[in-house]
Amino acid sequence: METSHGPVEPIVQIRDLTKIYRQGDIDVTALAGVSLDIAPGEFVVLMGPSGSGKSTLLHLLAGIDRATSGTVLVQGINIANLNESELAGWRNQNVGFVFQSFNLIPVLTAAENVELPLLLTALSRSERKAQVRTALELVGLGDRAHHRPDQLSGGQQQRVAIARAIATDPALLVADEPTGNLDAKSAADVLNLLQRLSREAGKTVIMVTHDPKAASYGTRSLHLEKGEVERDVRATSFTP
Amino acid sequence: MVLPLKYNIRNVWVRWRATTSTILGIALVVSVFVLLRALARGIEASSGNTGDARNVLIVRKGSMAESGSLVTLDQFRTIRYFEEIAQTPAGQPLISAELVMLVSVPRRTGAGEANTLLRGVTAQGQELRSQVTLIEGRWFRRGQREVTVSRKLAQRFSGFEIGGSFKAGPDRLTVVGHFDGAGSAFDSEAWMDADEARSIFDRGEMYSSLLVRPRDAAALVSFTNRIAQDKRLALRAESERGYYEKQTVTAAPFKILAGLLGAAMSVGAVFAAMNTMYASVASRTREIGTLRVLGYSRGSVVICFLLEGALLAALGGAVGCAVAVGITMTLAARGTMFGSLDFQSFAETVYQFRITPDLIVLGMVFAVAIGLFGSLFPALRAARLPVISALKSL
Repeated sequence: METSHGPVEPIVQIRDLTKIYRQGDIDVTALAGVSLDIAPGEFVVLMGPSGSGKSTLLHLLAGIDRATSGTVLVQGINIANLNESELAGWRNQNVGFVFQSFNLIPVLTAAENVELPLLLTALSRSERKAQVRTALELVGLGDRAHHRPDQLSGGQQQRVAIARAIATDPALLVADEPTGNLDAKSAADVLNLLQRLSREAGKTVIMVTHDPKAASYGTRSLHLEKGEVERDVRATSFTP
Repeated sequence: MVLPLKYNIRNVWVRWRATTSTILGIALVVSVFVLLRALARGIEASSGNTGDARNVLIVRKGSMAESGSLVTLDQFRTIRYFEEIAQTPAGQPLISAELVMLVSVPRRTGAGEANTLLRGVTAQGQELRSQVTLIEGRWFRRGQREVTVSRKLAQRFSGFEIGGSFKAGPDRLTVVGHFDGAGSAFDSEAWMDADEARSIFDRGEMYSSLLVRPRDAAALVSFTNRIAQDKRLALRAESERGYYEKQTVTAAPFKILAGLLGAAMSVGAVFAAMNTMYASVASRTREIGTLRVLGYSRGSVVICFLLEGALLAALGGAVGCAVAVGITMTLAARGTMFGSLDFQSFAETVYQFRITPDLIVLGMVFAVAIGLFGSLFPALRAARLPVISALKSL
């Protein structure tokens, strides 16, 4: 990607990334030497059949799994060099996660769930509260702050999860099948929200999905097959 | 950084069925532990609360207790004229020669007989013991086969009611009054005239001990040294309070029992807590994975589950302490007394449960220790869960 000021430094640089799982006596190759760059603000959709390696790729670049070989540089940091504790801190500051099953803590309210990653920062209580309020308002749930997850619809729960993901203002948002458990209307709301975060807030969104309709919200789609990137398609603009 | 405590509190609340049984189990262990310690504390308090700091007790050199001591009439006559001894307004030295005997008396419950301590006191015996007050009937008369017994002892033995009688040596003694020992060891005694007791029990010119009140603190030191240094007397003098404080050995078996029972029962409570916490970890696997993804370290997860176990146990401890306090207060309100063998005098000693704030703290510490130990392995298991498989958990 280039701008009028010259080439933009990729936010994610992946080189020869390989992940081999051991299943009993058999080695299973989930990723086989993948290399790619992702520019800041891109909305990348990872697609492919089950077992193609898309979720593995997502986990590796988000720092929740370790590669067998190869490197993942995020904002210039080789995350393979971070120890367990440094990696946890790095995730907290740099990556926001959105899961298929929302993964909210059921005993905490929406606001308390959003505050969870902020408790690990140096922010004061009032700064945290302000940030939680901003995040919830951004996803349109300012009036649901004190509701527990079981008092919210699926779509609302996923929007709380997105608010939690953006609470620490990370550069990278990763979403694993975020619309998999939602009806069409809620799914469209969530995808529009992710698209807005990419387009307006400059977040880099990387989303795994099986749904071609969901994929159409991205600016770039990577099709994986047997652990390799088979196709890399860029859209000229955000759709729909 | 640890997770907010409300997260733990709500998780304990949400799983109320499982947590209630664990809380009750820990409560049972803590209440038994606290009650046994309270019993030991009651015995200690009884001995520790006995005596007057101004008094000196004299026993034979080498005797650990009055019951194994002999003091002759001659020694009594010699010592009573020591100038260090205070005098009554009538000019009599404040000294009492006393005889301590055991008599076997039937229990009111019909559960056989038990030894009780019969103390023969001379003229100044009552005046030397301000803790002891007559509350019913009258004091025994000199030269009569009469006794005044502790009211608490009277509740436990038949024949100790006023007008009742019991066998002592070849004769019977008649109860003429009840006294109160203000929670001291005297609550486990019956008193009569010392010379009459010598006659009944055929003790010739022998007493068990002497109780003396020196004039002042300086006289007390001088008197004690004089007794110690007089080779002809071969007697030992020490402060009356100090003597009774050493007699707390009776409490030792209860302390040991509290420790043993507490340890045995706490094993069960630890497993109950462990079971609850393992179930809690199993049902929250995905939550744990999510927390790790959000940036919480393994250490935070361990602390989170340890805190939850401690919280669970603290609730159990609070319930257990409340039960122990409730039982103690109920028994105190009913005037219920407990009795056990005093290993110094071999007489039955009576006492009440005594719960003090430090016992409550001890009970709570015991409970929290159970909770921490019970949740340690589940917490470590939670922290070791691989993040990805935890996230995939249903």
